[in-house]
Amino acid sequence: MKKKIGKNLIIAMSLIFFACCTFGTSFAQDVIKLGVAGAHSGDLASYGLPSVKAAELVVNDINAMGGINGKKVVLLIEDDACKPELGSNVATKLLSAGVDIVMGHICSGATKAALAIYKEENIICMSPSATNPPLTQSGDYPNFYRTIASDDAQARLEVDYALDVLKVKKIAVLHDKGDYGKGLAEFAKQFIENSGGKGQVVLYEGVTPGAVDYSAVVQKIKRSKAEAVIFGGYHPEASKIVMQMRKKRMNTYFISDDGVKDDTFIKVAGKYAEGVYATGPMDTSNNPLAIAATEKHQKTYGADPGAFFLNAYAATQALLNAVDKAGSTEYQAVSNALKTEWVETPLGRIKFDDKGDAIGIGFAMYQVKDGVYVEVSK
Amino acid sequence: MDYFLELFLGGLTRGSIYALIALGYTMVYGIIELINFAHGEIYMIGAFTALIVISVLTMMGMNTIAILVIAGFIAVIYSCAYGYTVEKIAYKPLRRAPRLSALISAIGMSLFLQNYVLLAQTSDFLPFPNLIPDFTFMEPYAHIISSAEVVILITTTIVMILLTVLIKFTKMGKAMRATSQDKDMARLVGIDVDRVISVTFVLGSATAAIGGVLIASHVGMINFYIGFIAGIKAFVAAVLGGIGSIPGAVLGSFVLGWTESFATGYVSSDYEDVFAFVFLVLILIFRPAGILGRTEKHTV
Repeated sequence: MKKKIGKNLIIAMSLIFFACCTFGTSFAQDVIKLGVAGAHSGDLASYGLPSVKAAELVVNDINAMGGINGKKVVLLIEDDACKPELGSNVATKLLSAGVDIVMGHICSGATKAALAIYKEENIICMSPSATNPPLTQSGDYPNFYRTIASDDAQARLEVDYALDVLKVKKIAVLHDKGDYGKGLAEFAKQFIENSGGKGQVVLYEGVTPGAVDYSAVVQKIKRSKAEAVIFGGYHPEASKIVMQMRKKRMNTYFISDDGVKDDTFIKVAGKYAEGVYATGPMDTSNNPLAIAATEKHQKTYGADPGAFFLNAYAATQALLNAVDKAGSTEYQAVSNALKTEWVETPLGRIKFDDKGDAIGIGFAMYQVKDGVYVEVSK
Repeated sequence: MDYFLELFLGGLTRGSIYALIALGYTMVYGIIELINFAHGEIYMIGAFTALIVISVLTMMGMNTIAILVIAGFIAVIYSCAYGYTVEKIAYKPLRRAPRLSALISAIGMSLFLQNYVLLAQTSDFLPFPNLIPDFTFMEPYAHIISSAEVVILITTTIVMILLTVLIKFTKMGKAMRATSQDKDMARLVGIDVDRVISVTFVLGSATAAIGGVLIASHVGMINFYIGFIAGIKAFVAAVLGGIGSIPGAVLGSFVLGWTESFATGYVSSDYEDVFAFVFLVLILIFRPAGILGRTEKHTV
């Protein structure tokens, strides 16, 4: 029975797709075709489906107000199930349907597979969720943009903050040997080493998570004469290390990540948490556009939005805004508009840098002051 | 040289943390040759009990030393009750069963207690107040060793001496030694073996609870899982020193603490556990019964 439903769904979806195609081709000059690609089925569907809803909400609003440059926007929705091989299929399919611009894909692997194909045809692609750093930084895909910070953004911010704001030279980089913590620490180490002599990694070590005591590592930090510690990992280890450092009367700066920007950290470390720095996603809870977008989702779909909803909302807005400002869907004009025109989104006011990463999105530095994390100015 | 001293002291405190837990392991093993995996959980329950008592007493506005003593006392009583009950429920019915059955029962008890605390309390880390004050006379040395570490070190030594005296010089100790050598013979000469075993469990639980309060206060946080991790390390320490021997457990803990501390300090903390276990393997190759363990004659 389940299979049957699945089959029917596929047939229905392909019918819809064909309907879109025929609709699209017959009025080729009168619509803007926005591709929405990502995982809409399978294990990772929960990452992809919210982006479809976000795109629908934005496009409905725009169409209700008369479209862009007099043209209505239609959505071409395609499912890649987060699989790279399907990602390239979807890209080919969208191109043959005459897509103008793509919002997607969701997973980094599928995005990368699809990008090569979009690049050939000069189609701009913007992902709400692909965080793999080389997608933008390698420079291989000038047609790629994203409305999410890349994996190394936190490490970048931590290192820049330590070197430029705190003005420290000697930095100890620690991690908890986990994927998340070690990945971050490796980026941090690399950024410090490439800082042109501004900073120096005096210690690079992994600590054992869950150990009863970290005094040996703390002594090692002390001996390395590090002025700041950058820690990649989660709050239980961070609070133990900070507490032991402070109990050993060390005032070394402690900078960590969003695994530590957690209220439990402050609760557990208590007075020793004071002054600790941690990066965390920029706060959007007070952004009126974010509140409005969430409310609209609740009204239309009767549920709270899922993962990456706001990122997808912002991506759709940014793309359509660029098309509007460029006056056409021509590659060069839209690229320029993305890089020069600020746009108000639920994630804040954004535009894109030369590599395609969003300026104004990402992480902010927080510091514990009087028992709460407060954003500190850069 | 300073650095060496710091690492040495760091290893010593880490070792004394292990020792407080290892003492209970080794005592129980010495008497009934059972690896009591639930021992780490008793330590965890001790810490949780203390935290609850502390929260209540702090609200009543008592001073910290009084709170520490009362909380420690209640934690000890509570943990002893748990140790006693665990023995009666999980081990006593299996006394005549093969040793493997009792071992599996112990693992089951450990899992049960962990999940019981997880459900009854929380899975989050809870802050544990720092009850051991920073002594003013310790301030010049605070950068090397903290007051809490000194307190743990002294407590471990006292507990070790008390246990050794108890086993060597009291009537109960004599009964314990007799039971550990031959249960049936001990019964024949009129020793209440069940009572001796109960007392052993109660004593072991008491040391675990003391450890729980002091270590939690030093580390500053607890959750339901702390008993498992600390228990594994303490078990290794007990084996290293020669399981069944009280001074051996303490020595083994110190050796383990130093190995970890020096490995971290001079090599890398990435390999802390690797060094600890390589050391364990080496010791067991050359001294299969542990550093202070006596090779037992097994009657066939």
